[in-house]
Amino acid sequence: MVLMAPLNRLLLAAPLLLALVLGGCASEDGGNGVQSEKLNTIRSRGKLLCGVDGKLPGFSFVESDGRYSGLDVDICKAVAAAVVDDPGKIEYRNLNSSERFAALASGEIDLLSRNTTETLSRDSAGGNGLSFAPTTFFDGQGVMVPVASGVKSLKDLAGKPICVESGTTTELNLADRMREIKAAYTPLKFQTGDQTYTAYLGGRCVAVTSDRSQLAAKRTSFPDPKAHELLPEVLSKEPLTPATVNADPAWADAVRWTIFSLFQAEELGITKANIAAKLAEAKAKPNLADLRRFLGVEGDFGKQLGLPPDFVVKAVSAVGNYGEIFERNVGATSKLKLERGLNRQWSEGGLIYSPPFR
Amino acid sequence: MSHSLEPAAAPRPPWWRDRRVMPWLVQAFVGLVILVVIAFLLGNLVRNLTAAGLLLSWRWLGQPAGFDLSESVLPFNAEMPYWRGLLAGLVNTLRAVGFGLVGATLLGTLLGMASFSSNGLLRRLAAVYVEVIRNIPLLLQLVFWYFVVFLSLPNGTEALQFPGVVLAKSGFYGAGFEAGWHWQGPHLVNGVWQAPLRLSVEFTALLTGLVAYTGAFIAEVVRGGIAAVPKGQWEAAASLGLHWATTLRRVVLPQALRVIIPGLNSQYISLAKNSSLAVAVGYTDLYSVAETTLNQTGRAVEVIVLLLGAYLVLDLLISALMNGLNGLVQIRER
Repeated sequence: MVLMAPLNRLLLAAPLLLALVLGGCASEDGGNGVQSEKLNTIRSRGKLLCGVDGKLPGFSFVESDGRYSGLDVDICKAVAAAVVDDPGKIEYRNLNSSERFAALASGEIDLLSRNTTETLSRDSAGGNGLSFAPTTFFDGQGVMVPVASGVKSLKDLAGKPICVESGTTTELNLADRMREIKAAYTPLKFQTGDQTYTAYLGGRCVAVTSDRSQLAAKRTSFPDPKAHELLPEVLSKEPLTPATVNADPAWADAVRWTIFSLFQAEELGITKANIAAKLAEAKAKPNLADLRRFLGVEGDFGKQLGLPPDFVVKAVSAVGNYGEIFERNVGATSKLKLERGLNRQWSEGGLIYSPPFR
Repeated sequence: MSHSLEPAAAPRPPWWRDRRVMPWLVQAFVGLVILVVIAFLLGNLVRNLTAAGLLLSWRWLGQPAGFDLSESVLPFNAEMPYWRGLLAGLVNTLRAVGFGLVGATLLGTLLGMASFSSNGLLRRLAAVYVEVIRNIPLLLQLVFWYFVVFLSLPNGTEALQFPGVVLAKSGFYGAGFEAGWHWQGPHLVNGVWQAPLRLSVEFTALLTGLVAYTGAFIAEVVRGGIAAVPKGQWEAAASLGLHWATTLRRVVLPQALRVIIPGLNSQYISLAKNSSLAVAVGYTDLYSVAETTLNQTGRAVEVIVLLLGAYLVLDLLISALMNGLNGLVQIRER
């Protein structure tokens, strides 16, 4: 990929153009039940095409054994488990910030699970036309500086070069915040995260700005992580959210409720370890109506979404509940050691909230 | 009654065997088919874009951009509209291409001439340079110049200082005239270098890479041009007692130009296109601004159309200039 000329990168948009030029009309809705072109395509293909970053420890990262891991990756796995009944049947596509929306719009990927901030212009039909699932990580934009630089706040960065990845919301937020405090600065924009952090570590910039989780994640792979610190200022709200295209609401719903099921499972205390026992309990006791509906023992929630009746069982068996996913990848037991903060359950003062399964 | 000398008009063949009719009909038919296919594709494009709510619109060009540029010849800030940002990017691209063309031509001509030098060391050095540079991808070279060479430069008081010139990680500084024709060299202000002439390391890395790379190709074009001049010309000049450098300048190069210029044309065009690799080293060129614009507006098709148009026009302009130049140096038939 390194050898690809940027103009060739434009060709990434070519499938989009081609799809728009050659693409026919949407197929007619026939028969009863849920009709989703995307769901049918994924089922007949037998695997999910999931767009990830691929270079961000904790979120999506290729391990030394070649397997993908991370919070974003686990979302892909949960959806794959619910749709094609196998969390392993996923083809990952590593995308940079500039490629991601074109890849989604052209149908090159089914689901974008790549630390993408939900915004109005990305969601709206007149903008990028995406359909956002529930937010899987509530983040904020931060600034990282070398401890030795003596920079203590955003104001100290006036007149200094700041490294930022182009095509991100962070690029715009940086411009807004610096304009607010009336500080001139030099934004050095790079196309990929690798280039951005290499230039920062090379000393070209006094600071690098991105989502706070991403800065913490990248710092773990620095030669000397302790030599770098995050400024206390949080520049923006960054709800990192998986997305699908607007055109297929049934597919978007399937993704949305698969993710909600991970939230709900945590709320109900259902984990990867005890799901089999919970399922047996639900089957044995007809009075546990909520649990029976949630796990698909009774009712037809799965069918309504165009998914198998036990899609919740499949998803949670594959990756565990949201709390387990968080702890495993970015929480206290991981290298990143992030606080749960806003990402706690609503019942504990956080923002993770699933609407009722009813 | 005079007898007509012309042969009696042959009876006209039926239209399907008429040489004057059939080729026209066939061409008209093929043309019609192409038109229908294009109309179908365009119609489909518009229909699908409409369905996706993405019908082409250019109104966003007037909206405030909201992002800053790290460097711009044209004054630019975040409150100015997108079109102004794209224009600033285009001017930055033209700056890199302009300096690149001059530098690569000088380097290439010198190298091409050196390969005919009577000095064997110089000849071999030129050959080694061309073979090494030509066979390494440009992107790798740019990344090398930027991340390995220029970002290893020291900063502040430890910067490399030469009379009138300072090379630092933050940029290259040169002496020049300040307001009031006052000669001013690079100097430190609060640990930051200041000078009348300043080039960012991003621009310098891009320029170095483009000049070094395209220079190697131009050297080959120049070498080919010189080699195309008959050996007799060299021998005739030598028998007059001319030095090889004088021979080259006065006798051989003027004739070699006729062969060189068409070859230069394509090298110039690739330099202009290769300048879009600037994005790899953080230089704010047209492609870089366009990419940011595309991501902020979501107007993929429009931005790409603008980009394609800009590079196409730039390359066609270079081509037209070179063709004009070519016309000037060709042998005039009298």
